[in-house]
Amino acid sequence: MNIFTELGRFLLMITGMFSKPENMKMYWKEFMHQCVEIGIRSLGIVVIISVFMGAVSALQTAYQLVSPLIPLSTIAQIVRDTVILEFSPTLVCIVLAGVVGSKIAGELGNMRVSEQIDALEIMGINTRTYLVLPKILAALLTIPMLVIISAVLGIVGGKLAAVATGIVSASQFDKGLFQYFKPYNVFFALAKSYTFAFIISSISSFYGYYVNGGALEIGRASTKSVVVSCVLILLADYVLSAILL
Amino acid sequence: MIEVKDLKKGFGGKPVINGVSAVFENGKCNLIIGSSGSGKTVLMKCLVGLFEPDSGEISYSGQNFTAMNEEERKILRRQIGMLFQGSALFDSMTVEQNIMFPLDMFTNDSFATKLKRVNEVLERVNMKDVNKKFPAEISGGMKKRVGIGRAIVLNPKYLFCDEPNSGLDPLTSILIDKLIKEITLEYNITTVVNTHDMNSVMETGDHIIYMYQGLKEWEGSNKEIIFSKNKKLNDFIFASEFLQDAKDMRMLEMRGKIDNDRNMDELLK
Repeated sequence: MNIFTELGRFLLMITGMFSKPENMKMYWKEFMHQCVEIGIRSLGIVVIISVFMGAVSALQTAYQLVSPLIPLSTIAQIVRDTVILEFSPTLVCIVLAGVVGSKIAGELGNMRVSEQIDALEIMGINTRTYLVLPKILAALLTIPMLVIISAVLGIVGGKLAAVATGIVSASQFDKGLFQYFKPYNVFFALAKSYTFAFIISSISSFYGYYVNGGALEIGRASTKSVVVSCVLILLADYVLSAILL
Repeated sequence: MIEVKDLKKGFGGKPVINGVSAVFENGKCNLIIGSSGSGKTVLMKCLVGLFEPDSGEISYSGQNFTAMNEEERKILRRQIGMLFQGSALFDSMTVEQNIMFPLDMFTNDSFATKLKRVNEVLERVNMKDVNKKFPAEISGGMKKRVGIGRAIVLNPKYLFCDEPNSGLDPLTSILIDKLIKEITLEYNITTVVNTHDMNSVMETGDHIIYMYQGLKEWEGSNKEIIFSKNKKLNDFIFASEFLQDAKDMRMLEMRGKIDNDRNMDELLK
């Protein structure tokens, strides 16, 4: 299957999602279920990654700032900006591409192989609307939230590490944190996280929804969805940085 | 009643169904039989709209299914129930939730009303005290029965069963066949069963279509199949020596009766 066929099928899946729900209550229930699966169940890994990411970032920045002319509060500024601009949106989304993406592809792939998707189709349910749309909407709602939580925790982790190791005092760190803060950076991080959320959920849904074969193909689809999502996230990261910064 | 006219379907330029016409009547167990690759699963998937036929016509009680748009098909599909080969139960839902799912999706009934209907259906398929069990916790035969329950919960007019006996022991297979037959008669629905099981053919086949290389090779009832002179059909049905011997014995027994009665038509009734 060439890239244009895949792109065509992907677009058909996306356009096919928009139809009138058979029962709004059931769709809402599925959307909330996906919010829990994608958002709440990913919270643990996001918290761990974010705190350590911020802590390591603080220590490495301090290690590189050897000039006595640069104030120590700069460490907080660098930690804040790297976490908001790059680490939280990109790193967290790459991890989520693995955690959430493989889960979505595996779930839909299993439903396809075990004819559960066919069963829904025969009942008269648009499976793209019922199965794919709630996943994409839930990802668009929860992943930016996870990114914001990650950014906050990353900065907290950076402060904890910097203060605990005696590199800077808490007041110096706080002073640096609020210096030259650009709210636009938060907008940029959110723009990235919305884009990445769409990539993660739609790509993994696509590979899962169109699985053909058995257990082996489900595994392949999961792996492929993670790889393609990661590559597209990196590509989108570059494009958005070039356009928006 | 389902009517199929000159149905054709192929994949990658290779024809799989090559002009099949048939009529599946109400209140009858219509069986599609044939060896692997004969096109019977593709035919069934075309009938329910999972595959789009290349040409031909499928009508449900006079309504042209092939000419319908997606919305019209959605409405018709609410009159269709289907039992899948692997039951296709939703893994994340309990037995009760699986059967309740079509009711949740397509009715505005209260939970109590829906639960009452679920329990009625479970009782009808001879299942009790399994409401809260997950599909992974029940046997293959029970899964099939739950699958039948889910298929009939909305009182469909048409029931499709894709190899309902696959992976089941002979005794459970007989129970499933009996259940399908009873439901067909009780609700006066049009049942189409895709099967390999010769016991099902003999016990439930009110109307049988034998598919061979994408064509309808033979058509008749379970009473006629034993007298068929079609070599391909006989090779398929009575594939083993044991079945061939059983057929020969049955034929001898019947010939005796025919000689006595001199009335073949009477026998076929």
